[in-house]
Amino acid sequence: MSSERTITCQELTEVVTDYLEGVMGAEERARFDAHLELCEGCVNYVSQMRQTIRAVGELDPAEVEATVPDDVLAAFRAWRRGDPIPKA
Amino acid sequence: MLSDEQILTALKQGDEHAFVQLVERHQGLMLRVALRYVRTRAVAEEVVQETWVGVLHGLDRFEGRAALKTWIFRILTNRAISRAEREGRVIPFSSLGDDDEPAVDPDRFRPEGAQWAGGWKTFPPSWDTLPEERLLARETLSLIGEAISELPDRQHLVILMRDVEGWSADEVCEALAISEANQRVLLHRARSKVRRSLESYLEPEAALT
Repeated sequence: MSSERTITCQELTEVVTDYLEGVMGAEERARFDAHLELCEGCVNYVSQMRQTIRAVGELDPAEVEATVPDDVLAAFRAWRRGDPIPKA
Repeated sequence: MLSDEQILTALKQGDEHAFVQLVERHQGLMLRVALRYVRTRAVAEEVVQETWVGVLHGLDRFEGRAALKTWIFRILTNRAISRAEREGRVIPFSSLGDDDEPAVDPDRFRPEGAQWAGGWKTFPPSWDTLPEERLLARETLSLIGEAISELPDRQHLVILMRDVEGWSADEVCEALAISEANQRVLLHRARSKVRRSLESYLEPEAALT
């Protein structure tokens, strides 16, 4: 099973998202894991990617425009009454 | 905070508070999506408003097979696309490949023909030894926010939806009308760039090797 070509560090950095997203085929995944077994640099790289994702997840969701436009509210009220909804 | 599903139930009963909450929750991101397609903020705002009207029109028939937010964004994307077509604009999401920068500077790897070609010249260090507070410090996060806002449009949106807002890959594909492969490439480029910004901030010396 080990006769297939291996992947280089550079290639690994281009498929790391497929790996983390869990969409890799079994064979490619095995090659990826085999590379990690032997390469501390890539273990660190994958871990940096995970930490990046985690840190991005700490950001506040899109700062919200707090006010609802009047037209939108008017449309909702018309809809609730069963009236025709005014064109936006 | 109510979930989208709870909001849906309340909404169908005519609960204005639920509607306001829904609009407030999604409006900011909707505006950003619309701005990827149309020229001005004013037009984007119109598209968002039209979308809400479209949502109200469709609400009775909405069966909840897709998530509520996905359905809303799909309406938005469709409206924005037809608006862009009327404006004679090319649809930005339809093509891929405007930038295919490598994830990591090729200089970090041993050149072709050398021994261990494609291998790291110097291993990236582990960030596990960094204090937790450092990675999640306000200053670090604001740097990440900046890096994200500088991303090309589509990468920007995809990383926002996936990693900031926590949407699933399927939801993003459906909402933005893009393929899975397309979504993944955009996410990959976005995450890789944010990692690079983090790297040059956390370990400035690495940028020099």
